[in-house]
Amino acid sequence: MKKHLLMSVMLAAMLAACSSKPVKTTSAPEVEDKSMGTESAAAPTDEGSASTAGVAGSDMSGNPLTDPNSILSKRSIYFDFDKDDIKPEFRALIEAHAKYLASHSNAKVTLQGNTDDAGTREYNLALGQRRAVAVKNALNVLGVQDSQIETVSYGEEKAKSCAGDIKCGELDRRVDIIYAGE
Amino acid sequence: MMNLRIFLPLAFLLLPLTSRAALTIEIVGGAAQQIPIAIVPFAQPANPQALGQQQAISDVIAADLRRSGLFRVLETRGIANQPHDVSEVRYPEWASLQAQALTIGKVENLPGNQLKVSFRLLDVLRQNQLTGLEYTIAPAQLRLTAHRIADVIYEKLTGEPGVFSTRITYVTKAGKRYSLQVADADGFNPQSVVASNEPIISPSWSPDGTRLAYVSFERKKPVVYVQSLVSGKRYVLANYKGNNSAPSWAPDGNKLALVLTHDRNSQLYIINADGTGLRPLSQSSRIDTEPFWSADGQWIYFTSDRGGSPQIYRISPSGGDAQRVTYEGSYNVSPRISPDGKSMAFISRGQGGFRVALQDLTTGQVQILSDGPQDESPSFAPNGRLILYATTVRGKGTLAAVSADGRVKQRLSETTGNVREPAWGPAVK
Repeated sequence: MKKHLLMSVMLAAMLAACSSKPVKTTSAPEVEDKSMGTESAAAPTDEGSASTAGVAGSDMSGNPLTDPNSILSKRSIYFDFDKDDIKPEFRALIEAHAKYLASHSNAKVTLQGNTDDAGTREYNLALGQRRAVAVKNALNVLGVQDSQIETVSYGEEKAKSCAGDIKCGELDRRVDIIYAGE
Repeated sequence: MMNLRIFLPLAFLLLPLTSRAALTIEIVGGAAQQIPIAIVPFAQPANPQALGQQQAISDVIAADLRRSGLFRVLETRGIANQPHDVSEVRYPEWASLQAQALTIGKVENLPGNQLKVSFRLLDVLRQNQLTGLEYTIAPAQLRLTAHRIADVIYEKLTGEPGVFSTRITYVTKAGKRYSLQVADADGFNPQSVVASNEPIISPSWSPDGTRLAYVSFERKKPVVYVQSLVSGKRYVLANYKGNNSAPSWAPDGNKLALVLTHDRNSQLYIINADGTGLRPLSQSSRIDTEPFWSADGQWIYFTSDRGGSPQIYRISPSGGDAQRVTYEGSYNVSPRISPDGKSMAFISRGQGGFRVALQDLTTGQVQILSDGPQDESPSFAPNGRLILYATTVRGKGTLAAVSADGRVKQRLSETTGNVREPAWGPAVK
């Protein structure tokens, strides 16, 4: 997995360069890195067993969830300051994940809400949750079952230290989609 | 001869007596009227090994009193006669130093590797004894005994209980490592309660000071634990689907308020301290978080964005309608009620960023106490006089304290890593 990461980063960067959308696509591998890298060994086994069993059909071409050519490899939805409404540019991403989840009933996702570091930790935890719930509601509308989704929040705990600089916290205000077993 | 004999048998207070301070304290400002006090170095036993590397007891007492901002500790080295017993005191010498109060005392060996610490607090002007106490202790309790003596002096001369023998908790972050620490109120004897590579936030003391509830992300999501400071053992208080956070003990110690989300926004719940009897407290479609139980048990204060912006409300623990408490400004969060129930410390966003504010709960009047711009996690000392909080100095998290009247400010800085999420422990008798 890790060997492919560098490749993914490069591909994602190339894609980003080609696509009309700037900046944010490049951060998808960065988010994957966070979720897969450090403490995955300590992850509870019951979650691990759910894994990516539902990938049948994608056989030779690999897992669409991690294929940088697939929109499913894009996992972050970004928000405006103090907002939880989903911006139009993330609609396609959410629709793709909704379709995947609807057709892979064994697949489960954690929607992990995040905020910038302005304000207090517990209130930011609640704000991150509000964003995770907004993405969940969007997935529900597109037919995804509650049993496939857990919404959690890291609040500002993963945020860069921005000393309250709104521009700096841009990439911190996001929801990450993490599939069980990743 | 001696008024009282005090034993200190509490096992969990038997901390290893290193004189290492993780936090160093810098005092800014002071009360307008400080009480001038002289503290004569205590007589010490001949065998120094019983005392090890310890700081002199009189230095610990002096540092405590000085740090409160309410005392001016006078230099005593110029006085030729250094008394340890009342009969040796020449009051005019101390009066000429402008001392109002004088503390003398001694440490003596007892059989069985025990120490006897005795002290007297004397009124220099009236030339009489205000109080005198004797403590039989293990050598490891010497520093704690100094704090207890400082508490007695403080209470005798100010009329309010001292908090020098209390403890604080906070979270350090060094590299990727988070550690929940408990230390003496002066920053000495820091001990790691739990450490993790994932964040730890929101520690809350049980009213008897023997347990901490806190939020750990070690399971890749916020889960609430309760840990005994006596045994070090812990259990999961709440690990429901979604987030589990913001624990706050009820004053009876039998239950906690906390926040769960399941599939929705943050909502308030009450749970028994053993993790049973979960029940919802409020249900709304908006954010309700940061519950804090008032000391009389009558109210749970909390933060909600139900009115559009985050504001502080309160609700009865038995439910019912919530009442709005804050009105000024567009961001008021993290309510903490003073031990006497008369005022509320909270975090308010204004011109200077996020700062500690104090609201008089009778008049509604608000006073900004701290300088910002990123202050959070206020908590009252058990006597209500000081508020401990987290602040950021040059990008680094440190702790600070401000007196409830705003006059005395202290900064507690750690040499390594960031410090955040402080909570002042209760006074344990």
